[in-house]
Amino acid sequence: MFGVLCYKFCMAVIKVENISKHFGALKAVDNLSFEVEAGQVFGFLGQNGSGKSTTIRMLLSLIHPSSGSIELFGKSIQKNRASILEQVGAIIERPDLYPYLSATEHLQLFAKVRKQKIEASRIIDTLTQVGLSHRAQDKVQTFSLGMKQRLGIAIALVHNPSLIILDEPTNGLDPQGIADIRALIQHLAKEEGKTIFVSSHLLSEIEQVANQILIIHQGKKMVEGVTKELLDPEKRIVQIKTMDDVKALAIIVAGGFSQYLLTRKEGIFLKLPTTAIPVLNESLVQSGIAVLGIETKNSLEDYFLQITSNA
Amino acid sequence: MWSLIQIELYKIFRRPRTYIAFGAIAALIVIIQFGLKIDGDTYAGFLMKDIKDTLTVDGKVLNGYLICYILLQLLLVHVPLLVALIAADMISGEANLGTLRLLFTTPYSRTHWVLAKFIAASMYTILLLIWLAFLALFASMWIFGTDDLFLMKSNYVVLIEQSDVLWRYIGAFVFASFSLLTVTSLGFLMSSLSSNSVGPIVGTMSAIVFFTILSTLNIPLFNIVKPYLFTTHMNNWKEFFDIKVNIDNEAIRGSILNIPKIKTSIMVLTLHIILFVTASVIIIKKKDILS
Repeated sequence: MFGVLCYKFCMAVIKVENISKHFGALKAVDNLSFEVEAGQVFGFLGQNGSGKSTTIRMLLSLIHPSSGSIELFGKSIQKNRASILEQVGAIIERPDLYPYLSATEHLQLFAKVRKQKIEASRIIDTLTQVGLSHRAQDKVQTFSLGMKQRLGIAIALVHNPSLIILDEPTNGLDPQGIADIRALIQHLAKEEGKTIFVSSHLLSEIEQVANQILIIHQGKKMVEGVTKELLDPEKRIVQIKTMDDVKALAIIVAGGFSQYLLTRKEGIFLKLPTTAIPVLNESLVQSGIAVLGIETKNSLEDYFLQITSNA
Repeated sequence: MWSLIQIELYKIFRRPRTYIAFGAIAALIVIIQFGLKIDGDTYAGFLMKDIKDTLTVDGKVLNGYLICYILLQLLLVHVPLLVALIAADMISGEANLGTLRLLFTTPYSRTHWVLAKFIAASMYTILLLIWLAFLALFASMWIFGTDDLFLMKSNYVVLIEQSDVLWRYIGAFVFASFSLLTVTSLGFLMSSLSSNSVGPIVGTMSAIVFFTILSTLNIPLFNIVKPYLFTTHMNNWKEFFDIKVNIDNEAIRGSILNIPKIKTSIMVLTLHIILFVTASVIIIKKKDILS
């Protein structure tokens, strides 16, 4: 019994050891290692061109690694490809589909390649789950990018996989669509116990769903850890926009905020506790500075700056 | 595997492009049949002009069997180009569309998918050939009736009895299926090398044109390679219509003049099919799917 439980809850569903991928002289992924445990929502972050998609393609055996090993469910993907992929659902980058087929036909087609029998009701349920049931019979060529993205996710889910790999799943979605996908990821993880590996270049997206994150930069692991520990919500980078930055800087220094100042050419940036933000604002306003705005920065680029400033 | 073939056939026949070839063949055959129906006697007179003083032919020269022969001579050279439209798009088209990665992340191996795609493309090719046979042979038999088949070769005349013709056409169509499957497999090989559809289609057509020219050129240097070129053998369906004669120079019913030539051609074409498909499988297995 313990063994079964441990398999389900303790085992690394994904185990990547020292994988690298070269395309000629270009090193797309450089000696990357990480593990994803069962039931986790694992956020895989990196800027565009950082090697995320190449890594995901290696996980799915679409790209052969130049070196290193990949295990899914405790088995080598190269040696046990078929049995592993039976348990995996994935979308990779763009939602490329057959324009001349409908949403239902897509799911029927991909249900057919699974060893288990997939009932028609499951297809309808999956389309409902991603909010596409009202367009089930429409051809994909009439779909918006967001709808294609939803259908891509439906294809990944239709066979009820235990590992779901989503590469930039919110690309092309409107704010409501992004919120829906976020809710779906949380539902799949919490209610259905799925392991989810989700990549994005947007930190704001990942931090809301992932309990573990890994950030890569130029193919190399930059940082990995528990989301709550890495992204301290109490210390955020803010940009202060004023009518007179020189005077504002002097007031910030005089007001005892100099310890929070970051060196950036683009304007005034500070890394400070959220509780200090209104105090700083009040201090600037009382000194006669017209504050045009205070923006919380939480892009990946800002996070890189944050972890660099920690060092 | 059958599921994969069904999927591939389903995709082929859901695409409007698939029906271009069927439409093109139907349009060409109907136009030629219409022309011959209206002005067939003039055409027959033109065919017979060199022998009309030395030979008297009874019966209907311009019958369904001759019309079919004329149509096959015209069309079997061009059908490979229509076959290439689909075959050369089977892998590269999906790579271009981005759906190849969807297929290759299913539990079936790349070898399974490539073979399923080839089998589906081959079924399409055979269906195209059946369509051609239906229109060129059976529709012509219905429109023009049947009689003995009178063929003018370069320096002799062949006369095949009406009752000895149909099986020859069946043989010719079976042979043509080998020719067209060779084109399918070549298109497939080209398709495995590219991530866009246009290149492999143009590449396949260019290869056919290039090797056809080599096959027809009578230059000693090229004569060495000619027996190994698939284009040398593709048109040997005509061998079914060359018959043996006895010492009185009478046609021997049910005979074929050069059976070994047909056998050799089928063997060379089959080897090409195996070679092209095997190469496609190896290429796709080693390929990084970046599209």
